[in-house]
Amino acid sequence: MAIPLSYNLRNLVVRRTTTMMTALGIALTVAVLLAVLALVNGLRVTLSSSGDPRHVIIMRKGATSELTSLVTRTQFQDLKFKAGIANGADGQPLASLELITIISLEAEGSGTGDNVTIRGLMPAGIAMRHNVKLIAGRWFQQGTNEAVVGKSLADRYPDARLGKKLRMGRSDWEIVGVMDAGRGAQESEIWGDVNQVAADWNRVLYMSSALVEATDAAARALVNSINDDTRLDAGAELEQDYFARQTQSATPIEYTGIFVAIIMAVGSSFAAMNTMYAAVARRAREIGTLRVLGFSKLSILASFWIESVLLAGLGGVLGCLLVLPLNGVTTEVGANFSQLAFGFQVTPASMVAGVIFAVALGSVGGLFPAASAARKEILTALREI
Amino acid sequence: MKFLPLILRNSWRNRRRTLLTIASIGVSMCLLGVMIAMYSAFWLSKPKDNQALRLVTRNRVSLAVFLPLAYQQQIEKVPGVRLTMIDSWFGGVYKDAREARNNFPRFSVEPEKLFPMFSEWTIPEDQKQAFLHERTACVIGRDLANTFNFHLGDRIPIRGDIFPGDFEFIVRGIFDAPSNSDIMFFNKEYIDQAMPERRRGQVDTFYVLIDDPQHSSRIADSIDAVFRNSTAQTKTESEQAFVVGFLSLLGNVRMFLVWISAAVMFTILLVSANTMAMSVRERVREVGVLKTLGFTQGTILGLILGEAVAISIAGGAVGYLISTVLLKGVQRSPMGGFLPSLRVVDPLIAAVCILLAASIGLVSSLVPALGASRATIVEALRTTD
Repeated sequence: MAIPLSYNLRNLVVRRTTTMMTALGIALTVAVLLAVLALVNGLRVTLSSSGDPRHVIIMRKGATSELTSLVTRTQFQDLKFKAGIANGADGQPLASLELITIISLEAEGSGTGDNVTIRGLMPAGIAMRHNVKLIAGRWFQQGTNEAVVGKSLADRYPDARLGKKLRMGRSDWEIVGVMDAGRGAQESEIWGDVNQVAADWNRVLYMSSALVEATDAAARALVNSINDDTRLDAGAELEQDYFARQTQSATPIEYTGIFVAIIMAVGSSFAAMNTMYAAVARRAREIGTLRVLGFSKLSILASFWIESVLLAGLGGVLGCLLVLPLNGVTTEVGANFSQLAFGFQVTPASMVAGVIFAVALGSVGGLFPAASAARKEILTALREI
Repeated sequence: MKFLPLILRNSWRNRRRTLLTIASIGVSMCLLGVMIAMYSAFWLSKPKDNQALRLVTRNRVSLAVFLPLAYQQQIEKVPGVRLTMIDSWFGGVYKDAREARNNFPRFSVEPEKLFPMFSEWTIPEDQKQAFLHERTACVIGRDLANTFNFHLGDRIPIRGDIFPGDFEFIVRGIFDAPSNSDIMFFNKEYIDQAMPERRRGQVDTFYVLIDDPQHSSRIADSIDAVFRNSTAQTKTESEQAFVVGFLSLLGNVRMFLVWISAAVMFTILLVSANTMAMSVRERVREVGVLKTLGFTQGTILGLILGEAVAISIAGGAVGYLISTVLLKGVQRSPMGGFLPSLRVVDPLIAAVCILLAASIGLVSSLVPALGASRATIVEALRTTD
């Protein structure tokens, strides 16, 4: 026969202080794990909402990021008239030749420079990015050194605010507008006219990449036809796939975080063991009484083990609560040699994972004390004070 | 001090609990030790002698913008400068860039200046000569050679992106370095000749060797002053600052370290507080007896605090020992390249760890110790656990 669960619950309540301290220790461990998962999740959400399913990005074969890719103007001329590319409102193909480079900007109060992405693009490139909206000022004019900055970038770097002048490649650029990209990666970019950016950086022949919009549902086919075109000699992939690949930049952070959480978990499971051993020692007479009443060794084992799992579960829930305020806090990581801003995302799935992690920790930590409780002889247990 | 044996005996009474507590504190402390060591290597440590003599000059806008070759002569004229070396980040693709280990750093340099510049690196003289006399030769670090099992005479094909073209380098030397050496150097002449006319003579960074570390910031300022009114302004900083600046690419590492350390410290605090609360609770009657025997409130307070501190110090020492093992791993990992001044065994950090553990123990036991020492004799003797 099993010992009722309420016995364990009441025990935990009676020893409130110890219960809370142990649970808090476990909670902190879970919180570290969840914070790291939230960071990685936030990055994934940002990157996945940056890509449009109809967009195809063209880079040099084998290039893994726009920053290390090269596309020539000649290649772009050939590419532009491929079948499957949608036409814009002006009847021209929706294709944009783009140049990506970086400048160093100083964040507010940091004193050190961060690398920020500069994107030179064509008018079609702006028209194509449906998630990007101008929220202040105006778009840059073709043929001038004017630039538009992402909102989160303008928030972080005082030098890149509306009306400021920014030193880029070899000349000064005026910030004439601010854009909002929802949660997209474009929030962390500065945009200007591709020809002006190229001139400023002294890059005449080689641009970085091209972005085209396919007619509905033809995106996949367009990718294949570009990849198979030996004369063009360029690599294409869906913009979404490209961004999904960029999440790799978070892998070191993810692994470090999980490693730290596991080490902390080892520490907390020792602490949980301590608490449970103390509980077993203090309740020796109770255990004896339970045995006299006819509860089997197994049900004693189960009962103490369940108590430890409950304790750890409580810690897991507390850990989730600790991490919740982090939801939505913006931070930035480096992706491809430049800064990318995004918000922490605490998802229900990761919270469930956190609680499971805590329960696993508690069940390992509770096993030995529970076994020692079950092994107690009735007479010696009753005699203990 | 004469109570030390009593304190030690008390803490050894419940061996299992003490050991579990030491283990729990130790495991958490080892994380803390690693983080303290990394933090101090990044932001607090003085660069080693050789490194302190090196400055890096780059374009103020960002690393993606080149400097003219002609700057070299002007930098060499600045008083205190002994040697300058062109060092350009080559980038490029080895086999498949999607596999992380293929993305080892590659630089094009002036071969005859490489080893004078990095005098802490060692290479056999004949290999060095071979590197100097063959245009397509390269030298690689021991770690890189081990990763790919490269041998002298092997050919390493690299496809250039920043410097377009297909290049093949012959391994003519393998050098040993005190820190991580997953790195490759080759002759900049070889690259320059493959570039079109207008791309020749473009320099990413100049490494500058100075005569006295005391003057490093003054020399850095005077180099930047030379180019203040040129089209390409420079930014010169110590090699250490330059390397740490790279780290900001990975995100806000500083914040990451501080937050995790805080969580770990708080966990240790909870674990230790819990243990002490448990052992004090068991011993209230004993405290009554001690008081009857004439022990003062202060002595009893000292006894309990001493016990907590002794246990935490043991935990701290265990933790520090484990952390040295982990640090060895960090040093060998790619991260080690960013941490030239990381030392695996550092008496100062050991002292910090143990002091930190001791103070955590002291704080954590304050509440139970005060409670026990303040209890009146009658109250204490009447308690039945």
